[in-house]
Amino acid sequence: MTKSSTGFDWITILIYILLVGFGWINIYSASLGTNDPTDFFNMNVPYGRQALFISLSVVLIILLLSIEAKFYQRFSSIIYSLSLLSLVGLFIFGSTIAGQTAWYQIGPISIQPSEFAKAATALAVAKYLSGIQTNIRDFKHQLKVFLIIALPMLLVLLQPDAGSAMVYFSFAFALYREGLHFVYLLLGFFAASIFVATLAFGPLWVICSILLIAALVYLKNLKRKPNLIKYLFFASVAVGFSLSVNYVFENIFKQHHRDRFNIVLGKEVDSRGIGYNTNQSEIAIGSGGLFGKGWTEGTQTKGHFVPEQHTDYIFSTVGEEWGFMGSTFILGLFVLLMLRLLYLAERQKSTFSRVYGYGVIGILFMHFLVNIGMVIGIFPTVGIPLPFLSYGGSGLWAFTTLLFIFIKLDSQRISF
Amino acid sequence: MRKLLLYITILVTGIVFLARLFYLQVVNDSFAVRSQDNAIEVVYDYPQRGYISDRNGKLMVSNQPSYDVMAIPRNLKPFDTTEFCEILSIEPEELGRRLDKAKIYSPILPSVIIPQLTKAEYAYLQEKMRKYEGFYIQKRSLRDYQVDHSANVLGYIAQVNQKKVNEDPYYISGDLIGRSGVEKVYEELLRGEKGVKYIQKDRFNRDIGPYKDGIYDTLPTKGKDISITIDAELQAYGEKLMQNKRGGIVAIEPGSGEILSLVTAPNYDPALLVGRKRSPNYTRLYYDSIAQPLYDRGLLAEYPPGSPFKVLTGLIALQEGVVDTEDTFSCHNGFSYGRGRRMGCHPHSSPLGLVPGISSSCNTYFAQVYRKTIEKYPSPQEGMDAWNNHLQSFGLGQFMGNDLSTGRPGKIPNADYYNKIYNYPTYKWYASATLSNAIGQGEVLMTPIQLANMTAIIANRGWYYTPHILKKIEGEPIKEEKFTVKKNTTIDRKHYDPVVEGMHQVYTNGTARRLQVPGIEIAGKTGTAENFTKINGKRTQLTDHSIFVAFAPVDNPKIALAVFVENGYWGSRYAGKIASLMVEKYIKKEITRTDLEDWILNHSLEDEYAKPLSGEPFIINQ
Repeated sequence: MTKSSTGFDWITILIYILLVGFGWINIYSASLGTNDPTDFFNMNVPYGRQALFISLSVVLIILLLSIEAKFYQRFSSIIYSLSLLSLVGLFIFGSTIAGQTAWYQIGPISIQPSEFAKAATALAVAKYLSGIQTNIRDFKHQLKVFLIIALPMLLVLLQPDAGSAMVYFSFAFALYREGLHFVYLLLGFFAASIFVATLAFGPLWVICSILLIAALVYLKNLKRKPNLIKYLFFASVAVGFSLSVNYVFENIFKQHHRDRFNIVLGKEVDSRGIGYNTNQSEIAIGSGGLFGKGWTEGTQTKGHFVPEQHTDYIFSTVGEEWGFMGSTFILGLFVLLMLRLLYLAERQKSTFSRVYGYGVIGILFMHFLVNIGMVIGIFPTVGIPLPFLSYGGSGLWAFTTLLFIFIKLDSQRISF
Repeated sequence: MRKLLLYITILVTGIVFLARLFYLQVVNDSFAVRSQDNAIEVVYDYPQRGYISDRNGKLMVSNQPSYDVMAIPRNLKPFDTTEFCEILSIEPEELGRRLDKAKIYSPILPSVIIPQLTKAEYAYLQEKMRKYEGFYIQKRSLRDYQVDHSANVLGYIAQVNQKKVNEDPYYISGDLIGRSGVEKVYEELLRGEKGVKYIQKDRFNRDIGPYKDGIYDTLPTKGKDISITIDAELQAYGEKLMQNKRGGIVAIEPGSGEILSLVTAPNYDPALLVGRKRSPNYTRLYYDSIAQPLYDRGLLAEYPPGSPFKVLTGLIALQEGVVDTEDTFSCHNGFSYGRGRRMGCHPHSSPLGLVPGISSSCNTYFAQVYRKTIEKYPSPQEGMDAWNNHLQSFGLGQFMGNDLSTGRPGKIPNADYYNKIYNYPTYKWYASATLSNAIGQGEVLMTPIQLANMTAIIANRGWYYTPHILKKIEGEPIKEEKFTVKKNTTIDRKHYDPVVEGMHQVYTNGTARRLQVPGIEIAGKTGTAENFTKINGKRTQLTDHSIFVAFAPVDNPKIALAVFVENGYWGSRYAGKIASLMVEKYIKKEITRTDLEDWILNHSLEDEYAKPLSGEPFIINQ
C-alpha cells in the first residue's frame, strides 16, 4: 500500500462531495419557492428531502466501504439476480407514476429499482468477463454477456423507461476494452449515423449516399478484385436499415417521440408545445451569461419556467444562476471524475475490478452525455437524471453505491 | 488503443458541451432578452404631462384623463365578443384584426386595443372589466386645450410610432409622444419620467412578488410645466385677422428674441387632434392639399421677400462704403442695364437718396447700390460672397437654430451658385445678371420668421437673439446659451439709423402712410412679390403676395413682425393693415383703427385662391 493510510482514492471522493454539495445548493434554489429559507430539512420540499437523502448516503458509504471487496465479486451473481427479480416484481407490486411502472411505494418512501439495476449489471458483467474461461472474442461468450446486459435493459424498457434502458449501451466501452471486436462498435456507430441521417434528411438521400459510397469504395479497390456480392450485401443491409428506421419512425414511434427528435434536428420549432422544456431550459442557461444571476436570483428558476428543474433539468439552474463559470465548473468536475476513474480502472490488477470500473465510467458517461445534451438542447428529450446533482433518493443512492463499490475495490487492488 | 477510446470520447463530449455552453451563455445574448420577456413583467405608471402657459401666465394646455383598453394576448381567455364590441362600439372583425396585430407585436407585452375611451365608455366598461381576462385599462393623460388657436405652435401628441419605439428605449408601443410644435421640441421636459415596476412572474404568469425586492422600481416623475413666449391674446387676434386668407404672421420681441406670435393661416382648432377623433381629423387636415392647414407657413413657406429686402441691400452698401446717405440716383420709372434689360419702377420724385429710397421703395436706387457693392470687388464671385457673408450674419439662408419643430433655411445665393448656373468659367457672369436680388426677387428666398427676425435686427440696430419659443421651465426663465447670447451682424450700428429713418418715413410719408396708428411711432416696409404656379404644366403668374414688415415703437422697439398674405396684391393692401393692427393690439391692447380692422375682417381672399383651380382664364392683380 503506497497510498494514504485508508487506501481510498480521496480525489474521487472529493469530486463526489463537490458534486453532491453543489447539487443540493441548486436543488435548494430550484425548489425554494416561498418556503422558510432557513429550514433546510423541511420534508415538504425537495431540498429538505434531498438533505435527508444525502445524510443517509453517508451511512450508505460507510456501509459500502466496510464490506470486504471480495464480497462484491463473490455475490455479484446473487445481487444481479435479486436486481432482476426486483425489476420483474415491479409489474406486480410496482406503482405507476407518470405512465412509468418504476417504483415500489413503501410507506412514504418510493424506491426505483432500475437505478440500482445498473450497478448490479456492472457487477455481473465484471464477474462474467473476469471468469477464467471467458473469451470475449468467442461468439458464444459474446452472446452470453449481451444477454446479461439485455435482460435488465428489456425489463426497464417495458416499464417503459427508454432513457434508463439506453444507458445499458454504455457497457460497450467495457466490452471493447476487454477485447470485443471493433466492428461491433463500428456497426453501432454506422447504425446510429444512418438513424440520425435518415431522420434528418429522409431515406432517399441516405440511400443514395450509401450506394454512392459503396460504389466509390468498390471502384477504388477494383485492382484487388473485391467481392461484389459482399459489397452488395452490406449496401443492401444499410439501405434496409435506413428504410426500416424510417418505417419505425413514421409508423411505430408515437408522435411525442417523433417530436422530440424533430426538435433537436431543427425540423420543428414549437416553443410553446413539445419544445417548451428545451426552449425554457436554453433560455434559463443562456440568460445566465458569463457569471450568472447569482444563487437564488435566477428569474427563470424562481418562476419555475423549466419543468422538472430540480430533477432532470437541474443543470439549467446551474447555468442560470452560476453562468458560464458555474456550468464549466460542473462540466469540469464530471470530466475530471471520469478521467480519474479511468486512471483508477487501468491500474487495477484484477479483471473484475477493471471491468467494473469501466462499467461505472460508462454509466456515468451515458448519463452525463444524455442529460446535459438534453438540457443544453443538442440531444432529444430523454428523461434521465444527472448523476449526484439531480434530486432523487434512489438515483443518489444508486450512483453512490455504484461509485463507492469501485472505490472499495480500488482500495484493495493489491490484495485483491 | 483500446484504452484510448473512452478517454477520447469523454474529452470530445466535454469540449462539445463547453462550446455549446459558450455559445448559449456568452456569444448569443438573445436568451437574456427572452428571459426578461417571460420571467419579468414590466408595469408602467404614467405621469401627468406638463402644462403649457403663454408668456403672461395664461394656461393654454392642461390635461384630461384618458383610458386605453390594453390587452396582453397570452393572457386572453375566451370572452363575450358581442357584448365587448357593443360597449366599445367596435366591429368584431376590427377587434379581431387588432388582437392579431397585438399578438404579432408581442404575445406577452401589452398592446393598445382601443385607445382613449370616452368617460361614459370607461365608466360602463369598468364594471364589466373582470369578465375580460387579459384586458385591462391603462390610464394616461390626454391634452385638454384651453384655447382654440395656436394649433401650429403647440403641436399635438399621438401614439408613438414603431420606428421611434425601436430607436428610443424609453418608449413602448402605445405611449404618447409629442409629434409637432412645442409638444415635439420639448417632449422630454413635458413628458416627465414614467415610473416602472418589475414584477417576477412564474410560468403561469402569476405575480410572485417584486423582482429583486423592487430595487429597480421607480416612481413616475411629473412632466415640467412650461411657459412659452407666445402672447395668447396677440396670437388669437392674429389668427382672427388672417381668417379667409393664407399666409403667416411672425412677431418677435426684438430685445429678447422671444416669439410673440406665430400665426399660420388657415389653421385649425387644436382640440381636433385629441382622443379617438384625432385620427380621422388628422387625415382630413392632412389631405387638404389646397389650403394645407398642417403646413406652418410662418416657418416653412419660402417666399421671395420682395421690397423689405431692399433695407438689407442698403445696409450692406453702407457697410461696404460704396455709397453714403447723401448719394442720390435718378430714376425715371425704372432702370436700364445690360443688353437692353430693364427693371421697372413706379413714379416717385427723382433723384433720391437712401432714406426716400426706402420710403418710396425705389427699385432703381437699390439696383444701383447693389451693383456697386458687387462691383467693388475684383471679381463678381468675390463680391457675391462678401454680400452673402453679410446676409449670413442676419441668420438668412440657413436654419436659425431656433427651438421650433420645423423650419426651412430659405436661400441666399453665393458665387458657387451662380458659377454653377452660368457654367463658369466657360461662361462668365456679372453683377447685372444677379440684379433682381437687390429688390428681394431673383434667387433670394426667405421664410416669414426670417423676415421677422431681420426686422427685429433692424429694430435693435444690429444685433439679435436667436428667436425662440420657450420662456420658462417651472417658472424659471431659460438660461440656454443659444437664446441668451447676443449675435451681432456684420453691419456697424451707425448704418442702421438712416435705414430706420427710411422705414419710419414709410409710415410718415411713404407707402404705408395711410396705416399710421395714433400715438405709436412705427417703422415698416411694404413688399410685393411676384409669384407663379403651374396650371396644367404651364407657368402662370398669380396675383402678387402682399408683404409687410414693421417694428414699433421706433425708439424703443417692443415688437417686430413680418406679415405675409398670399396673393394679397400690394404690400399695404393686406399685410400692412394686419401689421398695423397687430402692433396696436400688442402695444395698446385695444384697437383704435377699427376702420382697418373692419376692412380686414370683411375681406376674403378665397375668390383669389379659387382662380387657378377654376380651370378658366383669370385676371390677376385687380
